[in-house]
Amino acid sequence: MIKFILGRLAYLIPTFIGITIVAFGFVRILPGDPVLLMAGERGMTPEHYQDMMQRLGFDRPIWAQYLEYLWKLLHGDFGNSIVTKQPVLSDFLALFPATLELAICAIVIAMLVGVPVGVLAALKRGSWFDQVTMTVALIGYSMPIFWWGLLLIILFSGVLGWTPVSGRISLLYYFPAPTGFMLIDSLLSGQKGAFSSAASHLVLPSIVLATIPLAVIARQTRSAMLEVLGEDYVRTARAKGLSPGRVVGVHALRNAMIPVITTIGLQVGVLMAGAILTESIFSWPGIGKWMVDSISRRDYPVVQSGLLLIAGIVMIVNLVVDLLYGLINPRIRHR
Amino acid sequence: MAVMTQAPAPGTRRQMLAEFWFYFRANRGALYGLYFFIALVLVALLAPLLAPHDPILQDRTALLTPPFWQEGGTTAYLLGTDAVGRDILSRLIFGARYSLFIGVVVVSISLIGGIVLGLVAGFFGGWIDMVIMRVMDVILAFPSLLLALVLVAVLGPGLTNAMIAIAIVSQPHFARLTRASVLGEKNREYVMAARVAGAGRMRLMFRTILPNCLAPLIVQATLSFSGAILDAAALGFLGMGAQPPTPEWGTMLAEAREFILRAWWVVTLPGLAILVTVLAINLMGDGLRDALDPKLKRS
Repeated sequence: MIKFILGRLAYLIPTFIGITIVAFGFVRILPGDPVLLMAGERGMTPEHYQDMMQRLGFDRPIWAQYLEYLWKLLHGDFGNSIVTKQPVLSDFLALFPATLELAICAIVIAMLVGVPVGVLAALKRGSWFDQVTMTVALIGYSMPIFWWGLLLIILFSGVLGWTPVSGRISLLYYFPAPTGFMLIDSLLSGQKGAFSSAASHLVLPSIVLATIPLAVIARQTRSAMLEVLGEDYVRTARAKGLSPGRVVGVHALRNAMIPVITTIGLQVGVLMAGAILTESIFSWPGIGKWMVDSISRRDYPVVQSGLLLIAGIVMIVNLVVDLLYGLINPRIRHR
Repeated sequence: MAVMTQAPAPGTRRQMLAEFWFYFRANRGALYGLYFFIALVLVALLAPLLAPHDPILQDRTALLTPPFWQEGGTTAYLLGTDAVGRDILSRLIFGARYSLFIGVVVVSISLIGGIVLGLVAGFFGGWIDMVIMRVMDVILAFPSLLLALVLVAVLGPGLTNAMIAIAIVSQPHFARLTRASVLGEKNREYVMAARVAGAGRMRLMFRTILPNCLAPLIVQATLSFSGAILDAAALGFLGMGAQPPTPEWGTMLAEAREFILRAWWVVTLPGLAILVTVLAINLMGDGLRDALDPKLKRS
């Protein structure tokens, strides 16, 4: 098993180096001079310009600049935002819990609904339940989620007035945020109504973000289940007189879950892309909105490091999924 | 359902097409998707004839007119007007041109790029293979919309750059698929035979091996087609894709955002157009997969 883990880690190193090259190169291929870009609208004197060039190391060969960039990264220096002047890493860490909270809620919704629906659809293959849910799943899979979010706002915030339009919690509440997760912090604060305010802000964005993963998981669970139900060991289990519940729950579902877990892992990238759109629609103060805002504000250090951090997280989650996959499926591990 | 043999039965091209059509037709959803897609292509081609108004002409006397069946609507603007008095129906009709164009361009670029890279990687192997596939891994490590967004920020907002960015991020899927099929095919007997008969590398790659790798690529192409439409609309929605007053559906949605609680039609209709188009293409994709790839489970 250790060999397997090390093998996977070694496999990641070239990819990680590639990601840093992309993030590093991103600022280089921008049209215009990087120092003038950072100076912004005001411009600067020639002396100041030379000084900046030297201080930022732009007068040195590109490979030396890259190595220095890498060196800084390894020491946790991700540069400073032009707009907030704060280190990018601290901004990222401050905003990340908001995105994580949203993403966790979305993936939980997607799994809690998607897996049972997929299993039932497979068990009742060809029934009206199968046809309706799989049609809905295909619609969900085809959904432009930015539009779906606007529709939900029209219905639940505009017409019914049930949920707020944007933000994480009503401005009436203010309390320290030790965990960064609004649901937990609002409970800890003990303020009346804070938790329900946080929850009502979270509902619509979670549903929007869950839509595509839910559709994918439902479809994948159904086809994995159908495949497993046709296997010899399921027939054996049936033939030796096990109850249908046991056959499905123990013999079939456990094996069908293997590809489904991979699918769920692959959804992390989808969730990050979805977070960009979802957070923009609901003004959710997470890293998706932060990236979009930084791109439109031309805050390039943020874009550069944000890109790197997000890709890094996606990579690590995929690694964990890979390892989990090896753990539950020995055939992979020993290959 | 009947089971196809793994290798297509020897026969003329017409027989193979007939067989494909037989399986494709069995899938009702795919058939509806195809009909809708054909209709959409016609609408896009005939847009100047079909659209009742100029898509960017502003009628200052009719701002935010509701659709004709609602109170205050007129039959002059069947689906109403937007905030600056442009006819929504005409904009939707012209928008079909943009979406189909985006799909065609993105899929063509990424398909050609992916096939060439995948063929080279799979055929030559060794360090060429390793370099190409690691580069593909790097592209795939970024969430596609985020990478496209950043690429557009570098290249400058606009439809052309959005299409280039989306093509770059969707191309690794084609490269991986092509490489995997090439690895499966290149040691088969017919390739050996061609090699022994003296076929050159180019001929081996493009004439001998490639045609046998096409089925999964066609399925992936439909998926990328709908994905490209969605991503381009998302970029337009974020203000980084087609720029106003282009009647691109995502851009229309972005312009309509502030009216969501006042004028439902300016928001609902462009999104519905995106959804139905993407759905139709995905339905076709499911049908193609079932008809072309007997190895995948029929379900």
